[in-house]
Amino acid sequence: MAADDYTLIGRPIPARVDGAGKVTGLTRYADDLFPARLLYGKLLRSPYPHARILRIDTCKAAALPGVKAVITGADLPRPFSIMPVNQDEHALAIDKVRYVGEPVAAVAAVDEETAEAALHLIEVAYEPLPPVMSIEEALAQPDNRIHTYNRVGNVHRVVALEFGDVEAGFAEADYIREDTFFFQGNTHLPMEQHAAVAHCTPDGQITLWSATQTPHYVHRALAAVLDIPPSRIRVIATPVGGGFGGKSDPFAHEFCAVKLSMLTGRPVKICLTREEVFYAHRGRHPVLMWIRTGVKRNGAITAMHFKSFIDGGAYSSYGVATTYYTGALQTVTYRVPNYRFEGLRVFTNKPPCGPKRGHGTPQPRYALEVHLDKIAEDLGLDPVQIRRPHLAKPFSMTVNHLRITSCALDECLDAVVKRSEFLQKHRRLPFGKGVGLACSAYLSGAGLPIYWNEMPHSGVTLQLDRSGSVCVFCGAVDIGQGSDSVLAFTVAEELGIDPRDVRLVTADTGITPVDLGSYSSRVTFMAGNAAIVAARQLRERLFAAVAEHWGIPARHLRAAQGRIFAVTDPSRSMPFAEAVQRAEAKFGTLSASGSYTPPPLAGKYKGHGVGPSPAYSYTAAVAQVDVDPDTGWVTVEKVWIAHDIGKALNPYLVEGQIEGSVYMALGEVLMEEQVFRRGVHKFPSMLEYKSPTFLEMPEVETILIESLDPEGPYGAKEAGQGPLLPVIPAVANAVYDAIGVRLDEIPITPEKVLKGLELRAKGQVARLGPRGIPAFAFPPPRCVEVPEEWLVHLPDAKTRRP
Amino acid sequence: MLRLPPFTYLQPRTLGEAVRLLAEQPPGEAMAVAGGTDLYPNMKRRQFEPKYLVGLRRLPELRFLHGDARQGLTIGAGMTLTEVSTHPQVRQGYPALATAAGLVSTPQLRNMGTIGGNLCLDTRCNYYNQTYWWRQAIGFCLKKDGDTCWVAPGSRRCWAVASSDTAPVLLALQAQVTLLGPQGERTLPLAALYRDDGIAYLNKGHAEILTRITVPPAEGLRMAYVKLRRRGAFDFPVLGVAVALRLADDGTCTEARLALGAVASAPLLATEAAALLQGNRLTPEVIEAAAAAAFRPARPLDNTDLTLAYRKKMVRVHVARTLYQLAGLAAPAAL
Ligand SMILES: Cc1cc2nc3c(=O)[nH]c(=O)nc-3n(C[C@H](O)[C@H](O)[C@H](O)COP(=O)(O)OP(=O)(O)OC[C@H]3O[C@@H](n4cnc5c(N)ncnc54)[C@H](O)[C@@H]3O)c2cc1C
Ligand code: SF4
Repeated sequence: MAADDYTLIGRPIPARVDGAGKVTGLTRYADDLFPARLLYGKLLRSPYPHARILRIDTCKAAALPGVKAVITGADLPRPFSIMPVNQDEHALAIDKVRYVGEPVAAVAAVDEETAEAALHLIEVAYEPLPPVMSIEEALAQPDNRIHTYNRVGNVHRVVALEFGDVEAGFAEADYIREDTFFFQGNTHLPMEQHAAVAHCTPDGQITLWSATQTPHYVHRALAAVLDIPPSRIRVIATPVGGGFGGKSDPFAHEFCAVKLSMLTGRPVKICLTREEVFYAHRGRHPVLMWIRTGVKRNGAITAMHFKSFIDGGAYSSYGVATTYYTGALQTVTYRVPNYRFEGLRVFTNKPPCGPKRGHGTPQPRYALEVHLDKIAEDLGLDPVQIRRPHLAKPFSMTVNHLRITSCALDECLDAVVKRSEFLQKHRRLPFGKGVGLACSAYLSGAGLPIYWNEMPHSGVTLQLDRSGSVCVFCGAVDIGQGSDSVLAFTVAEELGIDPRDVRLVTADTGITPVDLGSYSSRVTFMAGNAAIVAARQLRERLFAAVAEHWGIPARHLRAAQGRIFAVTDPSRSMPFAEAVQRAEAKFGTLSASGSYTPPPLAGKYKGHGVGPSPAYSYTAAVAQVDVDPDTGWVTVEKVWIAHDIGKALNPYLVEGQIEGSVYMALGEVLMEEQVFRRGVHKFPSMLEYKSPTFLEMPEVETILIESLDPEGPYGAKEAGQGPLLPVIPAVANAVYDAIGVRLDEIPITPEKVLKGLELRAKGQVARLGPRGIPAFAFPPPRCVEVPEEWLVHLPDAKTRRP
Repeated sequence: MLRLPPFTYLQPRTLGEAVRLLAEQPPGEAMAVAGGTDLYPNMKRRQFEPKYLVGLRRLPELRFLHGDARQGLTIGAGMTLTEVSTHPQVRQGYPALATAAGLVSTPQLRNMGTIGGNLCLDTRCNYYNQTYWWRQAIGFCLKKDGDTCWVAPGSRRCWAVASSDTAPVLLALQAQVTLLGPQGERTLPLAALYRDDGIAYLNKGHAEILTRITVPPAEGLRMAYVKLRRRGAFDFPVLGVAVALRLADDGTCTEARLALGAVASAPLLATEAAALLQGNRLTPEVIEAAAAAAFRPARPLDNTDLTLAYRKKMVRVHVARTLYQLAGLAAPAAL
């Protein structure tokens, strides 16, 4: 079908289905729910980064008038974690606390003031233990263990993989370079603070309304922790006021709200304060990186060796996946024929890190793109010359067994280089002004689910009403990215109706088919495909009924503009509602389901669960900066960004995602840092944790490139995370172009810039960044054969699949 | 949500009644509240737990602004920052004051926050502006509930930072403030209101209300306020530079005052720097010498955003830039 055949798809439609509710205040977030007889819950948190719990006495708190229940770890003894491998968290700490802010007890009371007062009455006796606050400390203190289930010291996970023959690759190289980088941790900072309301009714049914990105996983975790059959639990994800990965784990407040409701028989709400959101965290991991690359004189990579040292915080969370992600996607942008990856995640006494927009890939992307910039300079190539001839090709396999389908990175790169006049500016602007360039790739949904199963990743059920309205049931949750709009527009497109005639019931584990959640940029790709399948089934039935009525073949029918037409006879048409009625008369009640399961993508080695995706999005960005040499102030003047979206279902929404990604990236590269002082988060507030405002936002020129992915819905790929990736290294490279100082450590604060300029003025190496990496002996790598198709690059999209 | 501690809100009808209500209670038990944009967040974090709040918002006696650059200005302490920053006479005759008031936090907070509250603003420190729970976790400090200063352990005093934007400007403009207390009214130079002590930062009785600010005529003065902060909104200053100058026709500086905000527990007058300007033409040499002199007494500590070494360095850069700008000179290209 040519793009022009669509009525909704591909059009820039500003009317998102959730827009009016959000701007008029009608949207009901979790904290807006006030069921009758509501109780308010609060969590008591650990003031110690690392301590044994000797005793907890809740008697005084329980005796306070207005307090209805008090619980501790003993009430919720079963462990959980988002990943099945390391079930190392408890809703309330048992025996030991591992970070300042870890929940140890919870109360439910008639109002927040009473709940707060009760917290002060809970007596906890702690025996403080020495805290472990950095990657270096974690490795240097193997006997001061945060957990004991892991094999050694504070090492959570070690990965060592080799693809191809790295030694031979380096031997072939004309030039080899090594660099180290540090990416500081930061947090998501969504506008909405986490909130949940639980209600356990006398019939034993439990309902949890929660601001979560992953209702399905919360559903499973609740059943496991509470030891209640999942069939009695219903999780409803309320509209999420920003997630960015920070609401993708099951959280203490969710378990506690449910437990407190079970004990009191009354609904219980727990809404975190802004400070508590910093403790719930699951944000960007601080990562120390080392990269060694061998290249030919023309810039072609012959071998790459990448090491990452990852500060995981106190628990595993998504950390196993994160560890693999820091090594997975380097090969998806440039051809790397021989690749070794070694990754190490350690535990520290800080709030657990987890997935944040780009999950584990912005850190290595920053390292790789700055490293390439340096190699280019060493070889006398410009930043385009070192990248352009060596980009990954469409319909190819990477050396680490990732299947690439559509890929228009070349077009993205050409577009930003041209629009920004990069080559005319690079190394040519006056001192203090500079431009930088970077490329990236990201997944359109993880190819594998978090827990092993063979069921679909997303399901959609449609139900047709005689009025002509359609109800869409889908487990997907709109976290602001626009997934509800994608569902409505897709169904409306397929059935030829007005999107306003589509109703949505989403993210309710009691009613909607499972969708795994809003993470890994999977929803448009997977739920979109499921919706198309379901809608086409219904359309077929409608056409069958109408065709019978008119006595013409069903293949002559089309649905558009709220009517069914005969293409062979334009005088023949019927309102959509009438077609529904005829179909219902013929087939009975009309509903249909569709689902999406990714093709088998996993390679044949352990650890290949992380990285495969049905399709990769691609992005290239150029940033232009102004650096004030007296103050070290970096001002980003403009960002040009081109994104291979496959197909922009609604360019308006896609541009919103891209601009949001640029904004978030600029915060990470220039100011945000989750840092600790004496074991405590330095500034858990929106005022002092510096994140940019509108006023810091530069002009963004967005260019959408459509490569029409053969497996994406209408050819679409992701837009929610990938565009963040190239912006960070593009800014770092631009700062170098402006003042000749290498910032191999982010955020790039004015102090660091000034320090770099001072070094430069003294004639020393004008670089700020880590001096090296810890001496850690990785185990011998698991050696993986180069995939068979490695050299069989398929030249043409159309030969592959329709 | 963080909840306010319980308190009784008293709404006096007159200024006299307000003073009486404050005086009736022992210090700390009753506090005045104007816009509440500083006090309420502090109360939520339990920096203050007064039993009574005496509301100044409805008092007409605090809500006026008259005069102009020729006669001088009188500003009622209850004028909001939005009103001050947009007032035509302020914008025309006292542009640095309009700038400073307009740079405070955000539009919403400027609509509520008053200039009186801004001058009485509590000093700030990132060990102090934290919740009760956080402060308990890291250990309480001298300024509230504890006995150590985490910024300067061993110090007997608190080094929390004077963070008002309008105070340095009003200092450079030689403003006077009038206080009404149980003993009656008194007027003092603004500089005398402040003490370089993070805890007892105001020379003022607890029942004394700041009623008005009197700013001398400013005709012919050149003035500017420059604020250093990370973002274009929300943030308190990590450095404020206020300058007022008079230049004779031949360019000789006949009058000069420089004031710095956010470098100590009180806004500081940089008198040595001002003396270097006085009687001289503002040549680059004179400007650089004055900037160097202003830089010396600044003693920032590690308790705000950005590092102290950086903040100290920036005193020199921003003082010099402000002077170049007022002298109508282009600042020299760096490095
Ligand atoms: C997010 C945020 C950002 C901010 N950013 C800035 C900033 O950039 N720059 C800045 O200067 N301020 C900033 N502020 C602080 C504050 O908003 C302003 O200083 C404001 O002017 C305070 O005025 P108010 O009327 O709200 O004071 P209140 O909160 O009502 O009072 C503050 C203090 O002054 C006392 N007080 C008030 N009026 C009188 C009076 N007439 N007589 C005697 N005592 C009085 C009160 O008892 C109290 O101790 C910020 C605040 C917030 C929450
Ligand atoms: S300067 Fe010292 S005493 Fe004062 S608030 Fe900060 S830590 Fe506390």
